[in-house]
Amino acid sequence: MTAVTYLRFEVLRNFRTWQFVFFSLAWPLIVFFTVAGPNRHATFIGIAFPVYFMAGMAAQGTMVAVVSRGSLIANERIAGWTRQLRITPLSTSTYFAAKVSCGYLMALLTIAAMCAAGSVLGVHLSGAGWLTMVGLLLAGLIPFAVLGILLGHLLSPESLLPAVGGLTVLFALLGGAYGIQVASSGAMLDVIKGLPSYWLVQASKAALGGGGWPAEGWLVTAVWPAVLAPLAVLAYRRDTSRV
Amino acid sequence: MASGGVASGGVASGGVASGGAIVLAGLTKSYGTVTAVRSIDLLIAPGEMVAILGPNGAGKTTIIDMVLGLTRPDAGRVSLFGMPPRQAIAAGVVSGMLQTATLIQHLRVRELVAMVASLYPHPLPVDQVLRLTGISDLANRPAAKLSGGQSQRVRFAMALVANPDLLLLDEPTAALDVEGRKDFWTSVRDIASQGKTVLFATHYLEEADAYADRVVLLAKGRIVADGPATEIKARVSSRTIRATLPGAALARLAALPGVISADRRGEAVTLSCSDAETALRALLAEFPAARDVEVRGADLEAAFVALTGTENDERLEAR
Repeated sequence: MTAVTYLRFEVLRNFRTWQFVFFSLAWPLIVFFTVAGPNRHATFIGIAFPVYFMAGMAAQGTMVAVVSRGSLIANERIAGWTRQLRITPLSTSTYFAAKVSCGYLMALLTIAAMCAAGSVLGVHLSGAGWLTMVGLLLAGLIPFAVLGILLGHLLSPESLLPAVGGLTVLFALLGGAYGIQVASSGAMLDVIKGLPSYWLVQASKAALGGGGWPAEGWLVTAVWPAVLAPLAVLAYRRDTSRV
Repeated sequence: MASGGVASGGVASGGVASGGAIVLAGLTKSYGTVTAVRSIDLLIAPGEMVAILGPNGAGKTTIIDMVLGLTRPDAGRVSLFGMPPRQAIAAGVVSGMLQTATLIQHLRVRELVAMVASLYPHPLPVDQVLRLTGISDLANRPAAKLSGGQSQRVRFAMALVANPDLLLLDEPTAALDVEGRKDFWTSVRDIASQGKTVLFATHYLEEADAYADRVVLLAKGRIVADGPATEIKARVSSRTIRATLPGAALARLAALPGVISADRRGEAVTLSCSDAETALRALLAEFPAARDVEVRGADLEAAFVALTGTENDERLEAR
């Protein structure tokens, strides 16, 4: 019950921060209509472009939605708010759970908006196809949720905003979210397939083809948080032991 | 960390076998080569209102941080109602007002207080707390648009809404004006009168004297005095005698009854006194040449030096 009430205020703060709303919701919609609108009948790597680009922009917006939790964490840390919370019964796990849940709620909203935008441009998926895409997007965001917590404990609030923007755009670009294929074969493709953002974007392909990711996709999505989470815990400990 | 063990473990216990509201035993903390808190033993019974009085750098904040579990002691134990700090905080029986904490943005005052209230098992009604702390008219103001004094009152409201058994306040009136301070202490006294335990840190003797039942005097990380407020005040309140007295030996002046120390500037001498009346009689009897004699009120800084026997990093301020 405590967790739910606390989450409510977290969500309230989220929607009152225009940067969060703009970059995770408005920005991907604007880019989607601008780019996919004129190209609604095109195909890209064998997929109808609007379908591909819908997943790509959903990936961009949802990445911002979850990674930007880090900027809240950094702010609360610097302002002494984290210390204030540590002398309340709020547990550390509830604190982080609320942050991640709020990021995911925002991500769900982004996904819903992108799906609606896709329908406007004539995207047709089967019921199972929609579900697959949404499910894979949500799973593919786990590495970014952990990344946000890590950054929140490593960086200052000032450096975090550009870091969130730069990193998510870089991940999106390399992962193919903007419809640019950085590599179609060779070692570079292997590197790109090692990025969690690549698999976010691939959610569209999986949705069209039925089924989900190949094992490779699940592996990448699991290894990134497995590596980042211990680092986040270290950063958190360093932060709270220092006075 | 059993409470009984702590209470009976060398702490002078005033019959609080069940473990006091706060029990500190051998509490020690260093930062690098600087020892901030040196082996402090302290027992505070439920319902007491206690001030930790000392100049800046005496270790007040370090002690409060350790009581709240924010700082881990190098040695010694903290027990709150028989529990370690983390456990007492998780149970919601303790709340505090830290010295430095900015309010988070994008929430209004009422929302902030309501959010904190939601974390506690038995919070006070939010509206009642807003009224008690005098911020009802600020309820819908965004936290980012508050003055220093207003945000300090909001932070007090956040500590109060927890409805705690033990309230810790670290220099709680720093940003408040005179009127704000008066209101603040009135609310704190209200809480204390409901049987709650209050521990506050201050470097104002008058604040400690006016509002605490008991004062713990801290200097250089040690407790140098601990007793009823009136007693501590009598000990640290001294007066000075100034007189024009050429050629008198300082050693003779300092040896007069009631005099703590003597000082000379040109032809003028200044005597710090523990008992100004006795000192004045002795001075006039032994040095009939003394003229321009005046007796001045408490010079707290001098008194503090006399009591603790150390120079302090900063003034002990009086208001």
